[in-house]
This record gives sequence, structure tokens and C-alpha cells, in this order.
Amino acid sequence: MELRIDADAVARARRLAAAIVDPIAAFIDRHSTLSVERAVARLCGVDGVDGDGVPLPNRLVDALPRREDGLARALGAACAETGRTPQQAAEAVAAGEPLADPARTPEIATRAALRPWVERGLARIDAARREREALLARLPQDEPPLLYVIVASGNIYEDRTAAIAAAEAGAQIVAVIRSTAQSLLDYVPYGATTEGFGGTYATQENFRIMRAALDDVSERLGRYVMLTNYASGLCMPEIAATAALERLDMLLNDSMYGILFRDINMQRTFVDQHFSRRLNARSGIVINTGEDNYLTTADAVEQAPAVLASQFVNEAFAHRAGLPDAQIGLGDAYEIDPDREDGFLLQVAQAQLARQIFPNAPLKYMPPTKHMTGDVFKGHLIDAMFNLTSVMTGQTIHLCGMLTEAIHTPFLGDRALALDNARYVMRTARHFGDEIAIKPGGRIERRAQDVLAGAVRILDGVAERGLMRAIEDGTFADVRRPREGGRGFEGVFAKGEDYWNPFADALAEESVPA
Amino acid sequence: MTQVKPYGDTLNDGAVQLSFTLPIPWDEAADEAARRLVGAMGFTDVAVVDGRPIASGFSFFVVYARTPVAIDVSAIRAPAATRQALTMEQVDELIATRLGRKVKIAGACIGTDAHTVGIDAILNMKGYKGDYGLERYRGFDVYNLGSQIAVEDLVRFAGANGVDAILASQVVTQKGSDVANFTALAELLEAENLRERVLLIAGGPRVTNLLAAELGYDAGFGRGTLPSEVATFIARRLVERVAA
Repeated sequence: MELRIDADAVARARRLAAAIVDPIAAFIDRHSTLSVERAVARLCGVDGVDGDGVPLPNRLVDALPRREDGLARALGAACAETGRTPQQAAEAVAAGEPLADPARTPEIATRAALRPWVERGLARIDAARREREALLARLPQDEPPLLYVIVASGNIYEDRTAAIAAAEAGAQIVAVIRSTAQSLLDYVPYGATTEGFGGTYATQENFRIMRAALDDVSERLGRYVMLTNYASGLCMPEIAATAALERLDMLLNDSMYGILFRDINMQRTFVDQHFSRRLNARSGIVINTGEDNYLTTADAVEQAPAVLASQFVNEAFAHRAGLPDAQIGLGDAYEIDPDREDGFLLQVAQAQLARQIFPNAPLKYMPPTKHMTGDVFKGHLIDAMFNLTSVMTGQTIHLCGMLTEAIHTPFLGDRALALDNARYVMRTARHFGDEIAIKPGGRIERRAQDVLAGAVRILDGVAERGLMRAIEDGTFADVRRPREGGRGFEGVFAKGEDYWNPFADALAEESVPA
Repeated sequence: MTQVKPYGDTLNDGAVQLSFTLPIPWDEAADEAARRLVGAMGFTDVAVVDGRPIASGFSFFVVYARTPVAIDVSAIRAPAATRQALTMEQVDELIATRLGRKVKIAGACIGTDAHTVGIDAILNMKGYKGDYGLERYRGFDVYNLGSQIAVEDLVRFAGANGVDAILASQVVTQKGSDVANFTALAELLEAENLRERVLLIAGGPRVTNLLAAELGYDAGFGRGTLPSEVATFIARRLVERVAA
């Protein structure tokens, strides 16, 4: 099935999105953040916590004599002067030694001292990527929509049990939901964790535990099961770095979500998302963007053009960071009020529109949540309609809706029922979308055309004012965020003349235009 | 009728449906284990109508059974906070004529909870299901503090701004975090001698008016609540206080 849509309008939307993102890209080039610098430390092999549980990357960054030079320069100088490894240098700082002014060390010595650690970090990322590619070749996934479920017990060991059970019941992607407060922590917690609210902390050790369990079950089932976490909030770049090292396969990563829905400073978010996405590009990780949030916080029918506009902006930011289309999982959700007549038609219009406009993107389709009430029987039925929309419009990443949405984080049995539902609908309607034609000029096509026109209008307005101003004015999700307000602003800084980030340099060199 | 039992297709048949997972592999014996388990719960005529493996080491069951237990409904009181709701215009009128000033309302998703869908549905101008949110009322000054607000910050805000009503929202209920946060808020208001000065209202999909009363709140609003129901409660209760 195919919608007739105005190709000129699509091209215009892309031009506008590029024009919106270009000035931000220039801003990003001139700035860094404390979280970017901590990610540099992690990529150089710095890990662990001090006696008070403060992560060593935080200790290092807090000890920087001149943060405008970046962490690499100070760390490289410390290694050059003392012969220590980056980890040893970080431990010395944690023990109370100051970091010396890097200007006293010749630049050539600084770079030479850090180079092996930079190369080792990049080599680990590349090795993880190659390992994923080999596993996918040997243990191919089932065809999309790829069934994605969440685990969220708060305890990584319970999550592991749930993930294995879900994989056996048909899940192809498992996401570990984070504890609700983690996005606002300005550090990454450490070690295996067993306490969390509404989710489980993202830590490097927790990543390892889940990766090992899913690798094991992948071998047993003969198909690769993917692991997902969240590169969002104040530690976006560090999570991206850790995920790259531990071979996660997908990361939730949106260019504006944190600004609008978590009140994280916009400058911080723009700089952080760029470096995160550079890392994602190198590591082969597929990003999932968060457009579903526009629909859960406001009326889904009215917000459809905003979803499409955001998809264009996310795509433009992702391209600037070197992500190819195949790694850009643009988001959408099935959130229209079930009491609305022909709501299903509107959902199909929106999903098919995204499919045609972003033909090579692994679209991420999110299930109904807003209108799930606790009536599990009706909820299961609405989820089935969502499943049908997904398979008929060729969505790629399919987050299975739970009949117990709005009641509790999923029980093990809930996930099995949700996967059963999705597998049934997708089997019985597998080629339905190929067999039907959309009525020219009918309700579905007209709706798609209206949404596209609405998105172009939004992008026009944003391009005119500039993205930061548009966010200040409440253009997205009716939320106003000041340029210098929100969390994490104090961690944004202008790069000095001597700023050095060897990872950013290496990742920028090989950027692939999509 | 006072003694009431579940109704399947005949009065007093006591028919119920249950579904659950057992952490054992599925086989015939697992079905029998499920049947006996439901029997041990006190049910009779237990029929395991579906039993199957859902993962290695886990089985899922759907069970129908009858309960011998009845409940005396005449002895149960659980008054809803929502008597008959007024319209937005009626609420504004009531506030204007009986209070003669604007009512200040502070709302927040407290603790670590980041799910603002409920508090936004009640407060945002747009509202919910065609029922305008409290921000649209002429009689209210609304401060929506957003998500993940520490109870200390909410109490400080309420004290500094002379707030009339506090709306605290909780969606995440894992390990009793909702009750813990609600309790912390009520206790801190008491400690700051603010409790008597404000209407304290709890909201969230798992909140009931009964639960809210047990926690020392003035009212609790659960799933499906419309903004006008909350508005009506606030206006009526404040007017009652003035009259008292």
C-alpha cells in the first residue's frame, strides 16, 4: 500500500530541518560538557569509584585545573609526567593528588602518552561492533517488526530472569528500563545493582550481566537477541560510551526529549546528544528517538504534525553526527483515543507516512499507554490493533504493549501474553499491507497529507526563529524552556584554544553522510 | 440483598476467573498443581481451562472456580471525593461569590516519579477528555511544578506562596514508593505547621479516596478523574471552611 504524498513538501521539510540544525551544529562545535569529558575518561579505560562511591571519571573532571582544555589534555599530561596509566592517574586524583596544569607538558608528549589508550578504546568499540555483525550473520533475527519488550524490576538479577524468559517467548529486543531518577543524576552509578524504582540503574556491570545472559540465550535459540538501554539525561555521552564498550545494540537517544520532558538544559542536551551519536555511529548502535512523548502528554491527533517535525529534526541531528539512516530509529506511538471514530485510520496514516518519508530508517513504534485504564481485556484488544498497524505499515522496532499497562511494571506472564498477541497478529496479517491499496483521496491519504503539511508549517516557524528560541517559546509539546535554565547548564563550557578531545577528532574524521 | 457473591450466569454461583504464572516447567502435573493451589485458596469447582509453558521453568494458567464466600455490602462505606461535579463556569462562580479571591493550587509529581501524565491531565489548560484543566479556570492560580519534585521543595513552595491546595501525583507504585512519598509529604506539612492551612490531595491511577483518607489526605482521585471533579472538590471544601 502506498500513500500519494507531496515529494516537494518532504524535500522542503528536510531543507528546513537542515537549516534548523546548522546553527546548533556550529554551537555544538564550540562547546563541550562535563559529561562529554567523563565519557572521554571512560573510553580511556577509567572505571571504578572512590571510597565514597563517587565514580573516578567524576573525580577526574572535578579536578581539572582548566576545564576549557578538556580532560584528555590533563589526563595525557598526567600520564606523560608520571608514567601512570589513565586508571592509575584517576586513582591518584581520588587519593587526593591534584592534576597538574597541562600547559607545563609539551603537547607532543601529552598526545603521545594518551594515544595508546585512545587507540585501545576505539579498538574495543570496533571489536564489539564486529562481534555483533558476526553474531547477526550466524544467528539471524526473525523478520521485522522486531518484538521489543522491557524489563524493569529494579534488580538486575530478576531482570536477567525476565529477559531470558521473554527471549524464549519470542522477544528479539530487551530493554532494561532505568530507575526513574537516573536521568537526573550527574554520574553513572557503579556495579551490579538490586534496588531501583520503576526500573534498574544503568551501570557498566549491569550491562555486562544482561549482555552475557542474552548472548547465552541467543546461542540457544539460534537468533541474536538485542539489548537496549537509555542514553538520555545528564549522562548521555557516558552511557553511549559504556554501551559501545559492552556491545549494547540500541539506545534511546533523542535530540530534544531531555530538554522538554526532563527540564535538562538545552545547550547541555545539544552538545551531549552530538557526541553520543558520534559514538553510536562508530559502534553500530541503533538509536531510538522519543517522539512518543509528544503523544502521551497532549492530544495525539493534534500532535501528529509535531511528531513528524521532530522526526525530521532528529534525523538532521543524527546525520550531522555521522549516523546512517539504518541506525536512526525514529519514534512514533499508537496513542489516539480509542473512543474516537476512525482513530485506527489516523494511526495507519501516520505510521505509513513515516514509513514512506524515512524508507531506510528502522522506525520505532511505541504501544498505547495513555488510554490504557486497568481494563486488561480491552487493553489487550487495543494492543492487537496496534500490532496490526505495525505489521501492515512495515514498522521495524515494535515495543510490545502490555495488557497491564497503567497497573504495574510488567509481570513475567504479562510479557508472554503480549508477545503471543503480537506474534499472532503479525503472522496472520504478515503480507496484508502488500495486498491492499489505500483509496486515493480517501480519509487515510487526506490525513497523511494534512499531517505532512502541518509538519512543514511547524518547521517553517522554527527555522525562522531558530531552534533555541522556538523551544523558549513553547513550540514543542507546549513546554517552555529557557536557554540558560534547566538542569546541567553549569556543566556546559566553551572550548578553549587548546581544547583536545581525541575521540571526537577520530569519530568526526570517518563521518558517513547518509 | 446484603450478602453478595460474584455472578457468573446464576445468582450466587460465585464464579471467578484467575490467571497466574507458576515458576515451574509445564506438564500435566503443573496443571494439577495450579488446580490444587486455587483449591487451597478456598475456591471450589476449580477448572484449569488453559495451562501452558511460557518460558523454560515458567507456566501460565487460566482458571475458573467458584468461591463459597459472600460479602455484606450494606456495611461498606467508601465515599468518593467526587460528588456531583460542577461545570467550570459554576466553579468559577462559586469561588468568585463565596471566596472573592483566586485560589492558589500547586501540583507536582513527587519523589523520583517522572510520570506527569496524570497531573498534566488535571492541570494543563487542555485538560482531559474534553474537560478543561484547572489552568483554564478564572478562579484558580495554578503552579504545575512538574516531575521528580522533592517533597521538601513542594512544601517550601507551598509555604512561601500561600498555596490553598496541594495536588501530589504518583504513578510508579513499585515497592510502595507511592505510599512512602505521600506519607513523607503529609508528615512534612505537619512538621512545618502547614497541614491545617492547605487542602492536601493525592492523585494517581492506583489512588483511591479511601487510601488517601488513611494517609491523612483530604481527598484522593484515581484513574479516569476529570479536572472538573477535582476543581469542584477544592472549591466546595474551601467554601465549607469559610462557612464553618
